[in-house]
Amino acid sequence: MVTPYIPNTQDDQNRIMETIGISSVDELFRDIPRGRLNPSFDLPGPMAEADLLRELQSMAAKNWTLDVHTSFLGNGSTNRFVPSIVGHIIGRNEFLTAYTPYQPEVSQGILQAIYEYQSLVSQLFQMDATNAGMYDGASALAEAALMACRQTKRNRVAVRKSISPLLREVLETYLNAQEIEIVENVDDESACLIVQQPNHLGVWESTDGLAAETHSLGALLVCSVDPLSLGMFAAPGSYGADIVVAEGQSLGIAPSFGGPGLGIFSCRKEYVRQMPSRIVGRTFDGNGKEGFVLTLQTREQHIRREKATSNICTNETLLAIATAVYLAALGPKGLRQVSELAYHKAHYAAQRIGDLSGFSVNDGDIFFDEFVVQCPQSPEATNQYLLDKGILGGIDVSSSVPNGLLLCVTELVTRDQIDELVSCLERMEN
Amino acid sequence: MGVTAQDNKTRLLMDQSRSGRRGATIPALDVPRSDLPPDNMLRRELDLPELSEPEIIRYFIRLSSMNYSVDTNFYPLGSCTMKYNPKINDEIARLPGFARIHPFQPEETVQGALELLHHLQDLLAEITGMDAVSLAPSAGAHGEFSGMLLFRSYHKSRGDVKRQQILVPDSAHGTNPASAAMAGFEVVEVQSDAEGNTDLEDLRSKLSDSVAGIMLTMPSTLGLFDPNVEEVCNLVHEAGGLVYGDGANMNAILGKVKLGDLGFDVVHLNLHKTFSTPHGGGGPGAGPICVKEPFSRYLPKPHVEKIGEAYRLVAPEESVGAIGSFLGNFGVLVRAFVYIRTLGADGLRAVSENAVLNANYVLARLRDKYFLPYDRSCMHEVVFSANWQKRHGVKALDIGKRLLDHGFYAPTIYFPLIVEEAMMIEPTETETLETIDEFIDAMLDIAEEAEKDPDIVIGAPYTTPVIRLDEALAARQPDLRWTER
Amino acid sequence: MDSTALKYSKEHEWISVDDRDVHTVGITNYAQAELGDVVFVALPEVGAEVVQFSQMGEIESVKAVSDLFSPVSGVVVEVNEALADHPELVNQDPLGEGWLLKVRLSDANELDALMTEDEYEEMTEGLH
Repeated sequence: MVTPYIPNTQDDQNRIMETIGISSVDELFRDIPRGRLNPSFDLPGPMAEADLLRELQSMAAKNWTLDVHTSFLGNGSTNRFVPSIVGHIIGRNEFLTAYTPYQPEVSQGILQAIYEYQSLVSQLFQMDATNAGMYDGASALAEAALMACRQTKRNRVAVRKSISPLLREVLETYLNAQEIEIVENVDDESACLIVQQPNHLGVWESTDGLAAETHSLGALLVCSVDPLSLGMFAAPGSYGADIVVAEGQSLGIAPSFGGPGLGIFSCRKEYVRQMPSRIVGRTFDGNGKEGFVLTLQTREQHIRREKATSNICTNETLLAIATAVYLAALGPKGLRQVSELAYHKAHYAAQRIGDLSGFSVNDGDIFFDEFVVQCPQSPEATNQYLLDKGILGGIDVSSSVPNGLLLCVTELVTRDQIDELVSCLERMEN
Repeated sequence: MGVTAQDNKTRLLMDQSRSGRRGATIPALDVPRSDLPPDNMLRRELDLPELSEPEIIRYFIRLSSMNYSVDTNFYPLGSCTMKYNPKINDEIARLPGFARIHPFQPEETVQGALELLHHLQDLLAEITGMDAVSLAPSAGAHGEFSGMLLFRSYHKSRGDVKRQQILVPDSAHGTNPASAAMAGFEVVEVQSDAEGNTDLEDLRSKLSDSVAGIMLTMPSTLGLFDPNVEEVCNLVHEAGGLVYGDGANMNAILGKVKLGDLGFDVVHLNLHKTFSTPHGGGGPGAGPICVKEPFSRYLPKPHVEKIGEAYRLVAPEESVGAIGSFLGNFGVLVRAFVYIRTLGADGLRAVSENAVLNANYVLARLRDKYFLPYDRSCMHEVVFSANWQKRHGVKALDIGKRLLDHGFYAPTIYFPLIVEEAMMIEPTETETLETIDEFIDAMLDIAEEAEKDPDIVIGAPYTTPVIRLDEALAARQPDLRWTER
Repeated sequence: MDSTALKYSKEHEWISVDDRDVHTVGITNYAQAELGDVVFVALPEVGAEVVQFSQMGEIESVKAVSDLFSPVSGVVVEVNEALADHPELVNQDPLGEGWLLKVRLSDANELDALMTEDEYEEMTEGLH
């Protein structure tokens, strides 16, 4: 069969078989048990590129995109501004189609780009060290909890009630497997206290004395943060976090139905040897020239096997590079501006919705760009009403707040779109 | 201004920063300003680089040129299946209808995406001979972890709580024992026999009612198909255990054999290997798990089902739970779907046949000059040993480095652990015979150099942007981020 | 350190033998050469109890981790703090500045289960 991805011609195959000394390909498969070779294999296709493109375009067209529809969806995935250069750089074949940089002499590009990512995220978080990335924010948090248990040799993890159910569920999956207890309040047998900042309902959690109290019990402070909020809000390193994790999708990555995103993972330098995932370090070559390598590899599964700090191998490197480009492109002023745009727009929306009769917004709380609206009707009914108007509403948080709807207003939402949302909600009530 | 200055010091983005430069434009504020939070909640400093757009582009594009990739160089990296990544896959994954949708959109607004996932579940089930599929795992190791959780749930649901051991062959990837340990299991190693197959005697001696199951890579990491694989599965099943298949080496057997027919209960696939999605310098990947019917009730969340005419996300009734934030690496799944549809059944079978032909061609042409520890035909990859060269002081590492001077990436070296000075070569089906011949010629040249002038090989590489780096220094005094100096 | 005044374990640790009850422990020259560049040493804390031939720590090179086994039972009274910043001392001077820790012996008879330098050298020659 001729496919565009297999260059061997019949002549090539004949030459190969002659060299090997076989007369049919299946002689190479003789170790496959009798009766199991060449089973029935029922798949559609093959398809020509043009036909396939048409089919997939029509499948894609069935989806409502964030370009066409106004969205107030958040909860770890957000529709944000991504500078054009991000796509250009991560689309470079030399990055896109490289493997994990095992041979540093011909992988300096990837390695240095990861080092940039580690540097810029460490600056943003005000933390000492950042690894080359994890699958996503939730698995990064679960691994942070496991790391705290290893570091403290304790088997209990305290989790604030205010973290997202989504994060909690993944934490439970990982921690239950190792029979690690999950409690609400940190005590002197806890490995760590986990705080989401801002919390599941968008509210900024007080950090006063948080680290001191946690540390006095011998536990680590683990924070799951919204990285974009850090354009204006205090960095977790400044209030004493020991391990910081985040979903990095908001920093230059397309929503892409939830993945691939990026699990960001940082810690204080004294804990680096317990970190999961790849880490790049700077060193020198034999000519005294600076260069970059994968380092502290004895932590990892390919060396330490069942005693490794994690099983992670393939991670999300390309997206880490996207995040590095994003942070470089925005710079300190741009990132602050984007955060403040989202902040002011969200507060404008909250204030206008709060003024509607029947709706309330808890305006005593400090929040960034996500907030909870208590609706006169169920979030389900409210979302359905908005959907009928072509608007993607919010996340149903009625399990935490009666009739609560979590709305996220990013820098890409315009005043007109907010006003339209408000007038829809107003009409809904009338 | 370059990536590296004359004085051998790297100029990083922070080093190039000039106050007042901007690399992006930000929309104007179109709503009234609200009060900012109290000062103690705000950050005082934000130290990121200030750079213009052209500087950033030049910096990263120059970096990209200091990199081998499968689009620029042959990458015979065993066990990693560095095949060509079709461009149509990327183009389709970037369609706004796929790239610009939110994971929490109402199901009726993402029917196209769910339809694709549902089809992909079916395709992967057919390819592996399994009954149900979860697309949630983000990488092979993530799939292994999910599979181990599933083993745990299965035994627990039967009240069989003493099964705390997972058997792992000595040739396995490090992720296997690491994943089993993460899922709370104790790892017990099973030996390979002299032929490179599972040592059945050793296996029998380790089976007991404490064994939850075995993790097998098939073909194995030695690039060999174990003719006793059905017996291995039977023995484990008879002892009450389950069989997990690490699908890292699926590129050898597409359409040739279904792991489900051989007795595997759970199998993961590496879409970023076998199914052509790009590696991105280390990720993202996707590691879906495919299971036999009795285990579908334990699959991780979510699972896509067709109910009437609608595609829905459902949680299997005794799911091991959520393993990640959202639905898995959707963008990777789209690419794999396009690949499978492009090739169809015959195309996929041709993939494996040509991958296996090419590997055996390398085997045949190098076997006189490099020691072949298992003298039998291989599958999609061949494992040599540099033991003959080691007599001249040349190690597998040196041979790998010398290949870089020839414009080839190095094979996987020092893995599997049971082969001394291992060099694992996987040519894949997407290389031309001309390229493979050039690679073989380079290997033969190096074998000759190793005999006649070993210092040349030991000192390699010479032509790369940097030469060998001091990895001991990097580990002793970790420098993991930019600091002012 | 005079290497003939030492005793050796099969796991390639040495221990100083003299009249005092506190003994110094390290790894042998053979072991450091086999390991290659040592990049990190994980040692028990002062006050920890160690058991003869049981794991007491880990030693890492760039791409390998090896367990350290205590040649005797006892209580750790001192660890070599210099190794934290300079693990290369283990390579440079395994019998001297690259020592690992000092142990207060709980049972001097355990020393009889260890090898003399000649016996150890004979063993390592057999490993090649």
